[in-house]
Amino acid sequence: MATLEKHKIDIDKVRAEFPILDQKVNGKQLVYFDNAATNQKPQRVIDALVHHYQTDNANIHRGIHTLAERSTTAFEETRKVIQVFINANEAEEIIFTKGTSESINLVASSWGRKFLNTGDEVIISALEHHSNIVPWQMICEERGAVLKVMPINEKGEIILEKVDELLSEKTKMVALNHASNSLGTINPVKEIIKKAHAAGAKVLIDGAQATSHLPVDVQDLDADFYAFSAHKMYGPTGLGVLYGKRILLEKMPPYQGGGEMIKEVSFEKTTYNDIPYKFEAGTPDIANVIAFKEAIHFINELGKANIAAYEDGLLTYATARLKEIDSVRLIGEAANKVGVISFEVEGIHHFDLGMWMDAKGVAVRTGHHCTQPLMDFYCIEGTVRASFSVYNTLEEVDIFISALKSIIERFNK
Amino acid sequence: MSSTVKDIQDEIIEEFSMLDSDMEMTISYIMELGEQLPEMDESLKTEQNIVKGCQSKVWLNATLNDGIIDFQADSNTAITKGLVSLLIRIVSGRSPQEIVDIDFYFIDKIGLNRFIGTQRSNGLGAMMKQIKLYGLAFSTLV
Repeated sequence: MATLEKHKIDIDKVRAEFPILDQKVNGKQLVYFDNAATNQKPQRVIDALVHHYQTDNANIHRGIHTLAERSTTAFEETRKVIQVFINANEAEEIIFTKGTSESINLVASSWGRKFLNTGDEVIISALEHHSNIVPWQMICEERGAVLKVMPINEKGEIILEKVDELLSEKTKMVALNHASNSLGTINPVKEIIKKAHAAGAKVLIDGAQATSHLPVDVQDLDADFYAFSAHKMYGPTGLGVLYGKRILLEKMPPYQGGGEMIKEVSFEKTTYNDIPYKFEAGTPDIANVIAFKEAIHFINELGKANIAAYEDGLLTYATARLKEIDSVRLIGEAANKVGVISFEVEGIHHFDLGMWMDAKGVAVRTGHHCTQPLMDFYCIEGTVRASFSVYNTLEEVDIFISALKSIIERFNK
Repeated sequence: MSSTVKDIQDEIIEEFSMLDSDMEMTISYIMELGEQLPEMDESLKTEQNIVKGCQSKVWLNATLNDGIIDFQADSNTAITKGLVSLLIRIVSGRSPQEIVDIDFYFIDKIGLNRFIGTQRSNGLGAMMKQIKLYGLAFSTLV
């Protein structure tokens, strides 16, 4: 039995915060390895939701009564906590959205409509989730701009020399992920941002897979936009964040019209509110925003460096154990990875593997992971993906490996 | 007349009840059923005959002979193939009208909705729809 070193995670204490983990599925103890899709919520996040609805619920910003004041204060506190969490210059640069997808759509639609013109170029990477492909395809088509793709090598790493070749004065936007959802690759975003800025382009980073694992300092990265989702970082579903530099957000037209985003409305003319409200039309996801603060406290209390060290230990151990199995082919072996392992097994379809794993209590994801162009690069239809969070254990990796071995045996009999 | 659609569905429900809702035994049994599915001629595995799911593929072909529909099918995944073989066992050798009238109630009864229901993954729901469309199309010919 392996042990993990160099971290300060009290795993029993951590697991005790996640009531969902303590259950059987299909008669077996649950092993939850689908964290890259969404991870589980600690009790304090659940409690915050309940507390809000039991004691403080009111619509925010406009109300003058006590509950409205309490809700507004709690809501705006989360904005400040996020500002510190990603080291944004000011809280007004934090916009609440439905998720990473909406954050990217907001930029593609609002920034793209204003700043993209015929012949301009947008560059994405071959590792992108459909959420960071399709919004750019749509706006490029509308504006007559051209979408280009940074290629990757066999390991699943962006080829930096090719980035230099693609960048030119035509490049207006570079959009890529901080970490790949399918392969786990951590991209050298700081370096790419520097290159893109030198060419005069703006950069959007899809941080959906990064924010709960890696340190994120948007000022140090010099990212123009940074998008992420609450539900992939122990927070509620249906909530995301868009960080944008003030200077850019102010120049961008509103994304949607409605309440909250206006200053004055008459039938002749509407003047828009200041950021961030200009981009938050309608009643926001108040309760989830308030509860999200607890998820960030959870991460901060453990410490990102500790979380990363712990999850790296799981990743290294699981990778080594998978390599013991001859018929396993790992997909994506970048030098720097977050806790995501994609693989296929010779002669067994990923759908069958996923169903069998579930029957044995192990939740993994199978399929193309919303990255079909990436699957095409590897000439595969899909993979099995195991992904880790800080509450997972080496014992769970062992259960996963024995489940996999017994399934392979069943198919070979 | 041999077994009706209802007889076969009841027979399947009976078989699955012996598995006692054990998921591993159920999947294992479904895979064994897949291994018994008559082989589909490779020439019939055309793009046109694909009933596409999100994760697995199903090929389905039908021919009408003397007022009776003969279905041939296959899948690229072992579990889906087993489920396909259950459907084929029920629908093969029936008249177009019988196909049009089929209610696949066995799926609910043996707890297979999770393989079919809300998951877009395996194309089985699309296959059932396609079977009925064949029934409807052929019913205009008899």
